[in-house]
Amino acid sequence: MLCVLGAVMMYPLLWMVSSSLKPSRDVFTDLSLWPSNWDLGNYPDGWTALEHPFTVYFVNSLVIVVLSIIGNLVSCSLAAYGFARLNFTGRKLFFALMLGTMMLPGHVLLVPQYIVFAKLDWINTYYPLLVPNFLATNAFYIFLMVQFMRSLPSELDDAARMDGCGPFRTFWSVIMPLCMPAFATTAIFTFISVWNEFFGPLIYLTDSELYTVPLALRQFIDSEGQSQWGQMFAMSFLSLAPVIGFFIAGQKYLVKGIATTGLK
Amino acid sequence: MTSGTTTGLPAGVVARDVPAAPRRRAKRRKDRAGYLFLLPWFIGMLFTVIPFFASLYLAFTDYNLLNAPQWIGLGNFREMLDDPLLRQSLKVTFIYTFVSVPLSLVVALGVAMMLNQGIKGLPVYRAVFYLPSLLGGSVAIVLLWKYIFGFDGIVNGFLGWFGIDGPGWTTDPDYALTTLIILHIWTFGSPMVIFLAGLRQIPTMYYEAAAVDGASRWRQFRSITLPLLSPIIFFNLIQSLISSFQTFTQGFIMSGGTGGPADSTIFYNLYLYQQGFSQFHMGYASAMAWVLLVIIAAFTALNFLAAKYWVFYDN
Repeated sequence: MLCVLGAVMMYPLLWMVSSSLKPSRDVFTDLSLWPSNWDLGNYPDGWTALEHPFTVYFVNSLVIVVLSIIGNLVSCSLAAYGFARLNFTGRKLFFALMLGTMMLPGHVLLVPQYIVFAKLDWINTYYPLLVPNFLATNAFYIFLMVQFMRSLPSELDDAARMDGCGPFRTFWSVIMPLCMPAFATTAIFTFISVWNEFFGPLIYLTDSELYTVPLALRQFIDSEGQSQWGQMFAMSFLSLAPVIGFFIAGQKYLVKGIATTGLK
Repeated sequence: MTSGTTTGLPAGVVARDVPAAPRRRAKRRKDRAGYLFLLPWFIGMLFTVIPFFASLYLAFTDYNLLNAPQWIGLGNFREMLDDPLLRQSLKVTFIYTFVSVPLSLVVALGVAMMLNQGIKGLPVYRAVFYLPSLLGGSVAIVLLWKYIFGFDGIVNGFLGWFGIDGPGWTTDPDYALTTLIILHIWTFGSPMVIFLAGLRQIPTMYYEAAAVDGASRWRQFRSITLPLLSPIIFFNLIQSLISSFQTFTQGFIMSGGTGGPADSTIFYNLYLYQQGFSQFHMGYASAMAWVLLVIIAAFTALNFLAAKYWVFYDN
């Protein structure tokens, strides 16, 4: 029963891989997963099928993803340490506010944020996609790290204070090294969500030179007339490959991360 | 009045209560450290709080990004009442949410329970079921869905073996949304992982005791699993509802941005995007955003109220 369900779940992905290896005319006529005619040309042809080669789109996506990961790790870990281990006036209130933003649907902020970014002349730049990540706007990751930091014994901070460490030294030398699992979870989640993100790039990037991979893929349906399905599936598969790779490498952290935020 | 400098405090600080000063100083130092750590977050909150109120203001204006916003009172909301496309977008979003969320949660719970029976190869199964939920919102998968279900697609080929003449899943207004609901169910993996973690926390001795007392499997499920898992079901329900109300990419890619065929995939946020970013009706888009916010808040509140009657907290 589980085997059948698993096969059904994986079938669409396998079909995509198989279609990417078939000549376009066979995609909808040859129903078997094992191509009867192989066409490896879909990959090199698809790579250059659009206005720019996919190298451009992959590099763009990669730049945004790497900077987003750095931004989230730095800003969210600072905020999380403040919430989890320091005592200051208004902490409870701010924490409640932070949890509140976690539930706030992003579309409410969309129009004014767009106006601000437009006034700053940031349309057609990566700033609207990157800057918010450096300002700890992803409450989910703060929450994940707070949960993790709270589970560390408070004796650690006391011992560090005895040894003359201020809060920054304690954060940097004592807490941070212990938080690597939470950071790994954050990095992987950020990777997957930013890599797949469509809406932000759609409204902020209009210059095709700046396009990310999802925006580029969308152009395959705009130029549907050619019906280069094989190429489209080849590039679709390549766009998913990094996510699948990260998933296989970081499954442990993902499952743990999602389970702890859901349970507490 | 004592000047702050005489007590060794920084200038401008007045220490009325000298013995408490060191303690207060320590407190101030702690506050300063805390606020420093939160500094990026504080700035980020400005990017959240100010737009939040700005969009509320814009909801009552006519604004096209070029001219200054013009106050029109309830004009946008009145217009919404007469907007057939808005009504259609609400209908699409509601149908999608209220069909796909319960279905995917039931599947998620069912599969999690099957996986929790100590079967062999659990990590493999978990990976196979979880992976689609990480890919489901991506352009590549929606494109794939479009062609799997497309008129000559693989699904109709499969139905053809059984002599069923499949519909035009993506071209027939009666089926386009169904295609996306199936896509949503395909991504049941993330609630499933949470359910699975919750199921593992239920002590097996409860089931053993129930079995000794002769309780059937169904009875065990109803009297042990459901109550102990109810906080997690509740969490998953809230999360799925909130995100499902905001569906965008699926409708956009499936219809090439139009919401077609015949407006059958015009999700609320897709229509909001069209209003705001194709036609630059920023005031109307803001008003729409607030209506959806109120709808989401109302459903969340309703859930919290109802939770009193069915969610069971152990402690």
